[in-house]
Amino acid sequence: MSPPTIQTHDRAPDPAANPSLNRGREAPAALNPYLPPLFITLILLAGNLSFGILEGWSKTLLAIATAIAAEMALGHIFLHKWPHPASAYISGISVGILLRSPAFWPFALCSLLSITSKYALRFRGRHIWNPSNFGICAMLYLASQSVASLSIQWGNNFAALLVIWVLGSIIVWRARRFNITLTYVVCFIAFSFVRAHIVGDPWQSEVAPITGPMYQLFIFFMLTDPKTTVRSRMGQCFVAGAIAALEFLFRLDSSIYAPLYALFWVGPSALLIEMWIDSRRPGALSTSAIPNQKAARA
Amino acid sequence: MKKVSTARILVTVFFAGLLAVPWMVQHFSRAEKTAPNPDAKAALARYGFSLEEVSHAAGIDFVHQAPTLDAKLDGIMPEVASMGAAVSIVDYNRDGWPDIYVTNSAIGSKNHLYRNNHDGTFTDVAEQMGIADVNKPGTGVSMGAVWGDYDNDGYEDLFLIKWGRPELFHNDQGHGFTRVSEQAGLPPWINANTAVWFDYDGDGKLDLFVGGYYPEDVDLWHLRNTRMMPDSFEYANNGGRKYLFHNLGNGHFEEVSAKVGIDSRRWALACAAADLRGTGHPDLFIANDYGVSELYLNDGGHFHEAGKETGVGFAPKSGMNVAFGDIFDQGKLSIYVSNISEEGVLIQGNNLWVPQTGSALKYDNMARDLGVELGGWSFGAQFGDLNNDGNLDLYLVNGYISLDRQRSYWYDFAKVAGGNSSIIGDAANWPAFNGRSLSGYQQKHVWLNDGAGRFLDVAQAVGATDTYDGRSVALADLWNTGALDVVVANQRGPLLVYKNTVAPGNDWIEFSLEGTKSNRSAIGAQIMLYWDGKEQLQQVSGGNGFASQNDRRVHFGLGKNPAIEKAVIRWPSGTEQTLDHLTPDRLYTVKEP
Repeated sequence: MSPPTIQTHDRAPDPAANPSLNRGREAPAALNPYLPPLFITLILLAGNLSFGILEGWSKTLLAIATAIAAEMALGHIFLHKWPHPASAYISGISVGILLRSPAFWPFALCSLLSITSKYALRFRGRHIWNPSNFGICAMLYLASQSVASLSIQWGNNFAALLVIWVLGSIIVWRARRFNITLTYVVCFIAFSFVRAHIVGDPWQSEVAPITGPMYQLFIFFMLTDPKTTVRSRMGQCFVAGAIAALEFLFRLDSSIYAPLYALFWVGPSALLIEMWIDSRRPGALSTSAIPNQKAARA
Repeated sequence: MKKVSTARILVTVFFAGLLAVPWMVQHFSRAEKTAPNPDAKAALARYGFSLEEVSHAAGIDFVHQAPTLDAKLDGIMPEVASMGAAVSIVDYNRDGWPDIYVTNSAIGSKNHLYRNNHDGTFTDVAEQMGIADVNKPGTGVSMGAVWGDYDNDGYEDLFLIKWGRPELFHNDQGHGFTRVSEQAGLPPWINANTAVWFDYDGDGKLDLFVGGYYPEDVDLWHLRNTRMMPDSFEYANNGGRKYLFHNLGNGHFEEVSAKVGIDSRRWALACAAADLRGTGHPDLFIANDYGVSELYLNDGGHFHEAGKETGVGFAPKSGMNVAFGDIFDQGKLSIYVSNISEEGVLIQGNNLWVPQTGSALKYDNMARDLGVELGGWSFGAQFGDLNNDGNLDLYLVNGYISLDRQRSYWYDFAKVAGGNSSIIGDAANWPAFNGRSLSGYQQKHVWLNDGAGRFLDVAQAVGATDTYDGRSVALADLWNTGALDVVVANQRGPLLVYKNTVAPGNDWIEFSLEGTKSNRSAIGAQIMLYWDGKEQLQQVSGGNGFASQNDRRVHFGLGKNPAIEKAVIRWPSGTEQTLDHLTPDRLYTVKEP
């Protein structure tokens, strides 16, 4: 899970070491770069102080510390400078919120996997997986005996739901990625009707997941990560719809972590397709050569 | 450039290593498990005891029947009717041999009271004693039973925990039981799964706590609507109320919960009482489903809830058991609370609350460190020294709904449980079970305490191999052999009696207490036994585990060639009694001085 404005910080220390990679992406320059870390910290504090969403601070602190340490070390090795810690901080805090395990080691491992994936899994100089999505899915695939995710937190009530919807919408709107969230939500609701018709369960049970607060964190922040979403707004909407569609299929197969898995597979695929399309454009040497008019204007 | 390439290779190798960590963790943790199904001799030699399931040979062929509730709940009947199998131990006729009471939960089904025949067999006498036909239409069904001598006449009386009309039966000198529910002042309907006898105000008369699960205005057989489910999976506060019935001494009870500071609508599933601070007043621990546990500290007849300040009431889970045990032989009671763990879905982990050293009462969850954390969909658990080595072991039963082995309900459960309260709280929104299992066919856990801070699961090795949907477990020396036997009540399954054979060499000692100034059952009395430089604290319980009650006699394992220094009994009245010159392998009957 990486809030959209990670881009502001994440872009600079990106080990791709090729600033032109980010050309063509919409720069949420209007957004204060410290807002997303602050926002997600407030979510964590409010959630834990009001509902005790964490079993203790130690695991979340471990996840954060591990993520920052890994980012610092790997960034220094690859970029020969100390990266800004905001991105790693958000990845770590995301792991702390989304991962559930009574043990400590999964939190450290998940953070390490998340950050290291940015440096180890690259294509044409770009990392293609949302870091915390990769880390959490890797844990769910490989360590299912020890971890779970998307646990029921925040009390299943409307107050928490409303807070996250409002604040999340504001953040995503200002980051110019509300189209992704909106497309996904519309598709999810449409697919929930179809699923209810197919499986014969009450529609309320099919739409229930999207009413859970933790699911909304996924919708607002993980889906909209600028580093791992495609460039065009139409493309973003298409990818959001594709994620909802694959999630639909996973859900028909009774996959509990359907949204995380759908993003895990669709997100990188969309980026690879985008790179391939870019590379076939006349005169294009590489993705990085595509000019970004908005960035240029900025 | 070359440096960067080397770094890339290294980071790739490092990344691959990270991906391999879960496999390594699983591989090495599996190495700690014991080999399944060796013969009894091997188990005796290696672990010091073995269990043999002897229910049929002992004359017990009881199979629990689950309730069938309002037809509006048909789709999720396996889930809403998933409790009711319970077992409690009582010597109802004071013959010195433990008897077994087991509940049934279908309308019209009969509860059984198995009288101990002293020869290894039991005879069901519930019908002739008048406590069999207690699940009649319109009165609800049984969920458990706790025994206590509320009128101090020397015979244990029966409180029947029900979804329905709660019942109090007076024990008529072991010859029969008389229903006295109305005279006692019990309310007409409680949907409860837990209750405990304890003398909260120290007046020498047993009081009764009852923890509601479903709200008391819900008749599960005649629902007004389907909005009777918890409104949250972790923060539900729309369950049944709590009752504390103060014993007035004339066969009447006064409900005083609000007056003494107990006010909660969490979904209570288990409770137990013990003096956790050494104040002389028993405290009350409640394990709640769909939420945090509650610890009501007794300030001398008035309680204050201290779950958060003591650390036990912070993280919401699915509490289903409360058992006390002095697992480190240090004279302090730890608390075991069972929860849900399902691989890849929900890893709550069971809690083992170990008291910190220091003056303030604070607990740390050491379940993981000690190896008793993951027990599947856990229900009842009890501490007891199964091999008489001087360390308390832990027996845990589990398994929620065992139907079709190939099809699981977990996906549907998870998608609704994470939804908004308006969805989760209405049973009509829950997908139908359609014969699927939910954490079914689970292997039980018998965790052997090595005395050095680790518990080893030896269930399969010692013979606890059933995979029924275990609910309630009770421990008792059923055959007066000096070994703790195990009785397990299974939902929609047979009552299992595991006869325990302990390898020769390890000694034991047992105490049967009778109060005079204190309540005659001596419930709440604590015995500190000192031997071989160790000290172990145990107490007489008025109900513990999940819907169960162990034998009131207190059993200590002593290990080999023990030198017993003394036993100090602290009676509920505050009287302290020291017993010297004790010898092993004996049952001591002690009357309060």
